[in-house]
Amino acid sequence: MNAQIDLSRRRFLKVSALAGGGLLLGFRLARGAERPPAQALAQANGDLAPNAWLAVRGDGGIRFVCPRNEMGQDVLTSLAMLLAEELGAAPRQIEVLQAEVDPAYVNGLLGAQITGGSTSVRDAWDKLRQAGATARVMLVAAAAAQWQVPAAECTVADGVIRHGNKQLPFAAVAAAAAKLPVPAEVPLKPRAQFGVIGRPLPRLDGAAKSRGRVLYGIDVAAPDMLYAALLPCPVLGGRLARFDAAAAEKRPGVRKVVAIDDGVAVLADHWWQARQALAGLEVEWDEGPAATLDSAAIQAALEAAAEQPGAVAKQAGNAAAEFAKAKPIEARYTAQMLAHATLEPQNCTARVGGDGVDVWVSTQFPQGARDIAAKAAGVKPEQVRIHAQLIGGGFGRRLEVDFVGQAVAIAREVAGKSVKLIWTREDDVRHDFYRPPSLHLMRGIIADGRVRAFSQKMISPSITARMFPDAVKDGIDAFMVEGAANLVYDIPHLDLRTVIQEVGVRVGYWRSVSNALNAFAIESFVDELAHAAGRDPVAFRLAMLDRQPRQRAVLERAAKEAGWKTKPARGRAFGCASMECYDTHVALVAQVAGGAGRVKLERLTFAVDPGIAVHPDQVIAQMQGGAVTGLIGALRGKITIKGGRVEQSNFHDFAIPRIAEVPPIDVHVIEGGDKPGGIGEVGVPLVAPAIANAVFALTGTRIRALPLADGGVAFA
Amino acid sequence: MTTLKLNGRSVDTDAAPDTPLLWVLRDHLGMVGTKFGCGAALCGACTVHLDGEPVRSCVTPLSAAAGRAVTTIEGVDGKVAAAVLSAWDAIQVPQCGYCQPGQVMSATALLARNPRPSDAEIDAAMQGNLCRCGTYPRIRAAIHAAARRLEGGT
Repeated sequence: MNAQIDLSRRRFLKVSALAGGGLLLGFRLARGAERPPAQALAQANGDLAPNAWLAVRGDGGIRFVCPRNEMGQDVLTSLAMLLAEELGAAPRQIEVLQAEVDPAYVNGLLGAQITGGSTSVRDAWDKLRQAGATARVMLVAAAAAQWQVPAAECTVADGVIRHGNKQLPFAAVAAAAAKLPVPAEVPLKPRAQFGVIGRPLPRLDGAAKSRGRVLYGIDVAAPDMLYAALLPCPVLGGRLARFDAAAAEKRPGVRKVVAIDDGVAVLADHWWQARQALAGLEVEWDEGPAATLDSAAIQAALEAAAEQPGAVAKQAGNAAAEFAKAKPIEARYTAQMLAHATLEPQNCTARVGGDGVDVWVSTQFPQGARDIAAKAAGVKPEQVRIHAQLIGGGFGRRLEVDFVGQAVAIAREVAGKSVKLIWTREDDVRHDFYRPPSLHLMRGIIADGRVRAFSQKMISPSITARMFPDAVKDGIDAFMVEGAANLVYDIPHLDLRTVIQEVGVRVGYWRSVSNALNAFAIESFVDELAHAAGRDPVAFRLAMLDRQPRQRAVLERAAKEAGWKTKPARGRAFGCASMECYDTHVALVAQVAGGAGRVKLERLTFAVDPGIAVHPDQVIAQMQGGAVTGLIGALRGKITIKGGRVEQSNFHDFAIPRIAEVPPIDVHVIEGGDKPGGIGEVGVPLVAPAIANAVFALTGTRIRALPLADGGVAFA
Repeated sequence: MTTLKLNGRSVDTDAAPDTPLLWVLRDHLGMVGTKFGCGAALCGACTVHLDGEPVRSCVTPLSAAAGRAVTTIEGVDGKVAAAVLSAWDAIQVPQCGYCQPGQVMSATALLARNPRPSDAEIDAAMQGNLCRCGTYPRIRAAIHAAARRLEGGT
C-alpha cells in the first residue's frame, strides 16, 4: 500500500470526524517506485496496461499516470483530455495520478522529468493520444473477437464498446485485451472527429480545490511526524559558522536542533513551536563574499559587461554597417529582479529510513528532487521515492530543489522519522532564485516609415549556466535568448545578442523567463521607432508581418476587439505589443486613462493563437493568470539587495497584485495551427511593454525601466 | 486545554493558548483546508469565520477563538456558502487552488452581510485575499453570479 494513500485516508478519517465527511483527495500517486510503471499501473491479471500512462482495469477503473505536475496550469485535466479523446472514455471516468520518477515520464522537449517551459501539452500531444488509441484498439479487438464481428464495425464512447445492439464496458474485455499484442502503430482521429479536445469541461480538480479537499505538499502528514522551522543565513550564499542551541532546546515541544550547511533547523512536535524556538538560537554566520553586495553593484556589473561583443541570438543583413552609415536611435532598458512568491511557501517532508528515502513535495522537477535527496542522504538515486504533491503555485520556483536537500539533510539527523520542513514567507522572499536583472542596449534605424536596422544587446546572468551547464554553448543560453531569437518581425538588418554576466545573486526561471525581459525592451523600442516614424504602432508592426499570417491575425484581432485608436479621446490611450513564444502567437492591447500623476489601467485585451486550444476555458484562464503575473514585474514589484541581504520580506513590501488593481482581462482565442502551442507562460511577457507603450501614448513619458512605478508613474 | 466550537462541534486541544488558530487547525486538529501563506495577515489564505466574521487565523491566537464559533472551509455551509461554491464551479475559478479556501470564506462572509455587492464593494471585501495565479477576474464574476443565485435568479 502506498504511503500517500495511507496518509490521505488518515486525513480523511480525521477530517470526516470534524467536518462531517466528504471526499478529501481526488488525486493519488502512482504506486511502487521500485517497479516498472506499466506493472505499477496494472493491479491484477484482468487489467490492460499497454504503456506507462494508462491502465484499464478489470474492476472498471481507468487510471492515468500524469507525467507532468499540476500547479494550476491544468495539466491534470488537459492531459487527461488527450488520453480520453483517443481512448473513447469521458475524462470524468479517469482517475488521475501524479507520476513517480521514471524515464518513461521524461519531458521530451526538455530532456528531463520537468514541468516547465509551457511544454506539457506540446510534449504530450502525440504521446498521450497514441497511448489512448493503443488501449482502444486492443479493447475493441477483444470485444470484436468475443462478438465475432469486424473490429472496424465497433464504436466506442464513454468507456463502452458497441456493435449493433450489443455493448460491453471496457472492464469486461480488459483481461482479454491484455492478452493481445500491443499494436506498434495506431491510427489517430482527424481533428474534425474530436469529441473531447476543444470541448468545454470543468477542471477535474476544480470543485475539490474550491472546497479545500485536495492536499498540497504542505498538507502531508505522517505518523509521529516532526516539524522543522529554519533559520537561514540572512546573507545570500552565506554559511553557518557556529551556534548555541541551549536556550532553543529548552523551549516547549522542541525535540532537536540540527545544523545544516546554510542554516539551523529546530525540530518540534508542532511547527509553531519550532518557529517560536528559532528566537532562542544564538548563531554566528560566515557571511561570505556576498556580504557587501547591493543593487547598485549588480547594475554596475551589467553596465560593465555591456562593452563585450556578446553572442548572436538572431541576425539578418548587416546591422553594424547600417549603424555606421546613419545615426541610429538608441535606448537602454533595464529590469529589476523579482521573487516568485508562490502562495504555498516552500516545504518538504522527508523520511530517511533503512529502506531508502521518502520525499513528499510539491515540485516541478521530481527527477532533480530525487537526485538532491540522494546526495543529502548519502544514498543512490534509485533508493529515493519522490511522492509528488499538488503544487500551490510554481512559476518556476519549484524547478529548484534547494528545500528538498535541506529537508533530507534535517531528516537524516532523526533517521526513521518523517520531518516536515516549512519555510516562512520571509524565508521564501529572501531565499528565492530571483528573476534575473537585465540591461538591454537598443539601436534602430528608420527608413521610409519602416524599420531598416534593429539591434539589441541583452546583458543578464544565466540561470541555465547553473542548472543545466551543458545547455549553454558558445555563450548562448537557449533560455536567455527567448523573446529575441524568436522575433517575428521582418527587418532587413537585424542583430540580436546576449552577454552572460553573473552578478553574485542566484537567479532562477520565472514564468516566461527571458521572453518577458526581451519583450519589454524589444516591444517598447519598436514602439519608440513607430512614434519616431510617425506611424500608428499597430500599423507599424503589421507592416513587418507580411510573412507571418498568424501573427498578423492576432495583432489585428486584439486591436479590433480593444477598439484600438491611435488618438482616442483625451485622457485615454492604448498601447500594443506582439510576439511569438512557446509556438503560440499573441498580441495585447492595454487601455489606460488618467494622466502622468495617476494612470489607471482600464483593460487588457489579448488575442492568442495557440494553434489548437485543447481545453479552451483553461487557455483563457492561463492567459488571464499570466497577465496578472506580468503585472507583478510591470507595475511595482522588485527585489533589491543591501549588504548581501534581500530588502523585501513579505507581501507588504513585495506586493503582488490585489483584486482592485487587476482590470478586466479579455482573451480572444484563434485556432490557426494544426497542433497545440504552449499557453502557461504566454500571458506574461507582453503586459509590461503594452502598458509602458500605453503610458507613453497617454503622457508622453517613455519609461525604460521595470518596474514602471520606478519611472515616475503612479498607478491607480 | 482549550475548547473550540469548531464547525458546530466541540473540540478540545492542548495547544498553547498563544498558538495561532491556523496552526491549531492544521497541525493539532489535522484540518488542512485552511492554508498558511504569509503568517502576517497579508494574504488571506488562512481566512476562517469567527462568529461569522472573516478573520485571518494566522494572527488569531487560540485564546481569542475559545468559546466562539469557528467555521473553516471544511465546515462552511448554508445557502450563501452553497451559492458561492456553485458559482466557483460554474465560473471555473481555481487554478493552483491554494488561496481558494480563503477566497471562498471571504466571499461567503461578504455575501452574508451584503447580498448584492458592487464591483467596488467586492474589491474592498476581497482586497485582503491574494491570488498568485491571478484568478481575480473570475472571483469577481463568481461573486456576482452567487449574488444572482441568492436573489433567485440564475
